[in-house]
Amino acid sequence: MNAIDKGLAHKGSVRLISGNHACALGAVAAGCRFFAGYPITPSSEVAERLSRLLPEVDGVFVQMEDEIASIAAVIGASMGGVKALTATSGPGFSLKQENIGYAAGAEIPCVIVNVMRGGPSTGMPTRPAQGDIMQSRWGSHGDYPMIVLAPASVREIYDETIRAFELAETYRTPVILLYDQVIAQLTETVDLGDAKKPANVERRWASGPSEAYQPYAANEDGIPAMSRPGNGYRVHTTGLNHAENGFPTQDPEAVTRNLGRLLTKFDRNRGKIDSWETVACDDADVVIVTIGISARAATRAIEICRARGVRAGLFRPITLWPFPEKALLDATAKARAVLVPEMNAGQLSLEVERILGGKQVDAIHRFNGEPITPAEIADRVESLAKATMTKGKKK
Amino acid sequence: MIVDSAPAFDVREYLRMQMMPHFLCPGCGHGIALRALLWAIHELGIEKDKLAVVSGIGCAGRLSAYIDANTFHVTHGRPLAYATGLALARPDLHVVVITGDGDCLAIGGNHLIHACRRNLKLTCLMLNNEVYGMTGGQVSPTTSEMRLTTTTPLGNSEPNFDACALAAAAGASFVGREVTHHVPKLKELIRAGLEHPGFAFIEVLTDCTEIFGRKNELGSSAEMVLRQKSDLRPSAYRDTVDTPFRSNDLPTGILTKTGRPEYGTAYRKAAAVQRANKAAKGAAGADKGKA
Repeated sequence: MNAIDKGLAHKGSVRLISGNHACALGAVAAGCRFFAGYPITPSSEVAERLSRLLPEVDGVFVQMEDEIASIAAVIGASMGGVKALTATSGPGFSLKQENIGYAAGAEIPCVIVNVMRGGPSTGMPTRPAQGDIMQSRWGSHGDYPMIVLAPASVREIYDETIRAFELAETYRTPVILLYDQVIAQLTETVDLGDAKKPANVERRWASGPSEAYQPYAANEDGIPAMSRPGNGYRVHTTGLNHAENGFPTQDPEAVTRNLGRLLTKFDRNRGKIDSWETVACDDADVVIVTIGISARAATRAIEICRARGVRAGLFRPITLWPFPEKALLDATAKARAVLVPEMNAGQLSLEVERILGGKQVDAIHRFNGEPITPAEIADRVESLAKATMTKGKKK
Repeated sequence: MIVDSAPAFDVREYLRMQMMPHFLCPGCGHGIALRALLWAIHELGIEKDKLAVVSGIGCAGRLSAYIDANTFHVTHGRPLAYATGLALARPDLHVVVITGDGDCLAIGGNHLIHACRRNLKLTCLMLNNEVYGMTGGQVSPTTSEMRLTTTTPLGNSEPNFDACALAAAAGASFVGREVTHHVPKLKELIRAGLEHPGFAFIEVLTDCTEIFGRKNELGSSAEMVLRQKSDLRPSAYRDTVDTPFRSNDLPTGILTKTGRPEYGTAYRKAAAVQRANKAAKGAAGADKGKA
């Protein structure tokens, strides 16, 4: 065995894989044992990988007849107690929305991957976009909470897929894994050897006498225990507004109580849900706020800016929804301005403006399928830094 | 003399009595279909804990809430898709789908034909009352021609689906039809469907008396049920109006039964073979390494 082989022998965990491949590996590592999907560019590799991986671990892969059937089968499998995943892109994500609302309302854990491509409608299937930021939060009708995770690298897709399952099981909720076409089909060398060992989080299962069990009676953290079919609880699950006992109700007090609990269940656990990354925000005059491939470009833009003597920083929400407001306020407290480069006509910038109130928020909005380059971001940061400095002097 | 050793059937043992009174209209045939289903489940000795009932939206969709089992009232048209996930993930459960003609043939039509093709072990009970009853009586894919509904004031001008022919054409390995007038026959058909080791599609012709019957002046619920006696319901209506509804009669009983492989079993078998092959290959590789 030569030196190189010897070295590699200890690096069995180093792999050259795409983002979609990392997602499939992360899902299996997290204990996902069911996938239902429908072919769509640019997410199909998640399905293709899992069609091979799941039979190896006694899981089930099924290609369904359409996008709606895919999310429905995933929720059905999860109602049976099995961790389940589906993956799609824009048009398919739109089709899935009604049933995502069902999973949110009936509190059925599951993970939905949405690889963002150009839109609206069929859009640009092979080109990247970040146009589903708002849809991922508000896509289904009515009021419901949602957790959306936005990884920005192949390795992070692996980690965040595992975390998506942990959050889904812990908080009895669908979780959306949102990343763009570039990250999905980008192939990077990743070392999974130091990856967080998945805790294999299980949902809180019902225990105790079945007569006393109420499927939507919550503990102090707002998360009700779920029953597994076959364990003697025999409960009713419905998309109708329901009372603690799971049966439909239109009683205003019962709806206020139960829907109210649902809508605040993440608020009670924000410390464990929020996640973000900051780069050089401490002394930054301009903080860039963005996700996914635009954040990768921003990281390089910071280096360019700093070389030109412009103090730039990055705030990158990893938990995109609920948006980590407090962390954003902290990261931008000393900044004179904020720049939001995003591959859409203006979505993330709306949320950032809302949170930051009077602070100057500029944006680069790009929706032609071309990623925003580091140079473009650096130039805009520089002019923004100069403009705000001049303004400051005039005062 | 034949001595029946099975305990007597008491439908209340299978119902959530706290949900009574139920919300069905007087004269509605859905309760008869529900009773026949529970009777068949009782006869087969299916444990309530191992029974999962998935239903869609509409009058038929509401029935799951009354059954003392693991019940799932899902989105409009999608119960077969939810049930596919549930049955694949939990082959130990007995999964029954209750759906209606609108739920199953209109908004959920794609799931029906693919469930028929896939042949996963599921029992699908489609209660056909020829109308969207829950929403007030609109035309459905099974409304007979020239019938009046709130959205066909001129009389329905669309031909209706023959759901059983559709299911058979899509490859269903078990297809049957029965009317609510013949309760023991309906129970026997459902029982045969539950015992079938694959996808079983059962159409139950039931009467919507309050909305569809009233609108079309079909008489009392008793008169409507009696009219089913010929087993050929739409054609039996012919004498009530001048316009003929459809030329073909609707046969009842088991219409199709074939022995195709069950999807879940076939999938798991193929997966086990793949795992065994991989393990053998791994062992061989390990031996090679040693040498």
